[in-house]
Amino acid sequence: MCKVMPLIMVPEGKECRISDIHGGRGLTRHLTEMGFTYHAPVKVLRSEKGSLIVAVNGCKYALSKGIAMKIMVGEC
Amino acid sequence: MKDKRIRVALAGNPNVGKTTIFNAITGARQHVGNWPGVTVERKSGRKVHKGIAIEVVDLPGTYSLTAYSLDEVIARDYIVDERPDVVVHIVDATNLERNLYLTTQLMELGAKVVIALNMSDLADARGDVIDLKRMEEFLEIPVIKTVGSKEFGIDELLDEVLREAEKGEHHEHEIGYGGEVEEEINELENILGDDEELSKRYPLRWLSVKLLEGDKEVQKKLEGSQVEDRIKKILDKMDKEKYETAMVDKRYEAINAVLPQVCSRCVEKVTASDLIDRVLTNKYLGIPIFLALMWGAFELTFTFATPFMDFIDFSFAWLAGFVSENLEPAWLASLIGDGIIGGVGFVLIFIPNIFILFLMLSLLEDSGYLARAAFIMDRLMYKIGLHGKSFIPMLMGFGCNVPAIMATRSIEDKNDRLITILINPFMSCGARLPVYVLLAGAFFGKEAGTVVFSMYVLGMVVAILSAKLFRTTLLKGKPAPFIMELPPYRLPTLKTGIIHMWERGSMYLKKAGTVILLGAIIVWLLASLPWGVEYGAEKSIAGMIGHVLEPLVAPLGFDWKIAVALLFGFLAKEIVVGSMGVLYGAGEDETALTESLQNDPNIYPLNSLGLMAFTLIYMPCLATVGVIRKETGSWKWTLFAIVYGIGLAWLISFMIFRVGGVLGYG
Ligand SMILES: Nc1nc2c(ncn2[C@@H]2O[C@H](COP(=O)(O)OP(=O)(O)O)[C@@H](O)[C@H]2O)c(=O)[nH]1
Repeated sequence: MCKVMPLIMVPEGKECRISDIHGGRGLTRHLTEMGFTYHAPVKVLRSEKGSLIVAVNGCKYALSKGIAMKIMVGEC
Repeated sequence: MKDKRIRVALAGNPNVGKTTIFNAITGARQHVGNWPGVTVERKSGRKVHKGIAIEVVDLPGTYSLTAYSLDEVIARDYIVDERPDVVVHIVDATNLERNLYLTTQLMELGAKVVIALNMSDLADARGDVIDLKRMEEFLEIPVIKTVGSKEFGIDELLDEVLREAEKGEHHEHEIGYGGEVEEEINELENILGDDEELSKRYPLRWLSVKLLEGDKEVQKKLEGSQVEDRIKKILDKMDKEKYETAMVDKRYEAINAVLPQVCSRCVEKVTASDLIDRVLTNKYLGIPIFLALMWGAFELTFTFATPFMDFIDFSFAWLAGFVSENLEPAWLASLIGDGIIGGVGFVLIFIPNIFILFLMLSLLEDSGYLARAAFIMDRLMYKIGLHGKSFIPMLMGFGCNVPAIMATRSIEDKNDRLITILINPFMSCGARLPVYVLLAGAFFGKEAGTVVFSMYVLGMVVAILSAKLFRTTLLKGKPAPFIMELPPYRLPTLKTGIIHMWERGSMYLKKAGTVILLGAIIVWLLASLPWGVEYGAEKSIAGMIGHVLEPLVAPLGFDWKIAVALLFGFLAKEIVVGSMGVLYGAGEDETALTESLQNDPNIYPLNSLGLMAFTLIYMPCLATVGVIRKETGSWKWTLFAIVYGIGLAWLISFMIFRVGGVLGYG
């Protein structure tokens, strides 16, 4: 079984799959539309005390802590 | 169509090369205005292709067409309400999946779409093989390969646009959402169909889909309709959360079903971008590299700008001299020579400075670095109650606060944006530099450079502390979570850099041509009236005003002349220098002004330091006040910015004067 945790806890260099987003209506959809879809692989490229750089299907995004806490991923 | 004019809208994600293509199509025939009701810029342009006039509108860059941000609402409303004949969707070929998401939205809106497959040179270089024929077949949309930066494929794109516009019938595309969702869509669609007005204006399926997604803006469109209550009842019964992302997922599913058949080798690879990022955003190297780049950008700005500045300075001095010698009557010569050429000339001197700084920032932005800088600074910004996105406007503030404040539009959260706007005037813009240079040069000799630099630091400290203050008192709360795309690194082109530089810098030019020209004339009048007084003497109106204001600034060690200079400086801060020239009887000549300053007993190192600080902090210049009003949409906040600035400037100058006095520097 995969352990579900917030994206912020994923160590640098690891890749996980998105399992859920607890973002409230607007944010969740916005994220999904940017490519953070269910089961999409996310790779954490940089993690700096809560600010992250992640890659999701070929695009890179900088995220702040607030968002990184809301994206739940499964370990894989 | 009566007049054969074809209206085309450009849509696309941010950073796909939309501006580049827009410029390639329209060339110089552009017009920048505002979208009705909002302050977001609306760019449109004309082009005649094969004898047919085409009007092109550049929609804001968006990821989707929901109502997440103002940009999305604007783009969507334009397509829905104004029904352009063709929507050209600019797609980044190196990132088909996310880009095609917007395609699905455009299709659902019932627009006639032509895809410009841009950045195709980069896709080719990466070894992607995109099958255009198949892509067209699957999407039922024409696809044209383009390379915006080389203006490649633009003619073919326009050919296709004409062909598409001439097609009479239009095929509606649909995305199947499957079982239950489809039933809900059908039910809503049936009810909506009872309202003829709505049916005429909007595609009903699209309305239904958006209603299911809980789109507030679309709900508003139903207001007053006969079907409003019935629709409400159905929506209230439903568990909307369930549909929220399910429908987005469906669209991605549809894309992913097509994608592997279209692009055989579009897989992720470790790119040069990743390697560069590993260095530039490195834990230890990130900040030093950032500081070095910024230092370099400012150094280069001053190095490149100096010869241009000297040249402009020289030309204006010559022109002023020529006018005062050759023009009759004397008062006219004085108005044009002392007033207009003197006043506006001073401002124009700093144009090279401001433009070159903006060019540097545009190049850094186009290369993709600036977005990384926002990431690097995010943690620091968070500490002062803001986030990374607020950082770029602050950086631009060093050039000119007007475009800097306009750049805050990318910040979605209202409070975050308001704070970023309010602290921006404390970033010391190019117009304040001449004041520092003059005073530090006159009174601090060898230390002048340090003094000027310390003013920039003071401005940043004031900005940071103010942000913190606003966050803990007026606008409580945490910065909104932030997400920002980091575009792949690209070699910026000088041409795009210059276009971006021009967009921002021209605001400063406009200011010089309007506000400052007016200011220069007012200063001249106040210094010349009543007729017969010596220009800028104590008995002129300016002198009288100065004496009225003097008690207010006396605790800061300022005399009436400084009071007048500061009053005029509200029009534009560089006028402080020009009006000192007038009031100290030195006119245009900066060496003469330096000497008269040094010989005047009422101004000396300590209060000149206070004057620099005051100039830095007190109310934003007229143009900035205007843009604050426009961007916040509130007189209350505009007034607050003015009062806060003046109060703080007074307090800080007072502290400098008193503490310095106690320490024996008086
Ligand atoms: N290699 C390449 N670069 C491009 C192409 N189109 C635009 N660019 C560059 O991409 C950068 C961003 O373009 P811009 O038009 O500002 O993007 P926008 O944000 O979508 O308006 C600029 O540096 C352009 O020179 C293209 O087809 N190929």
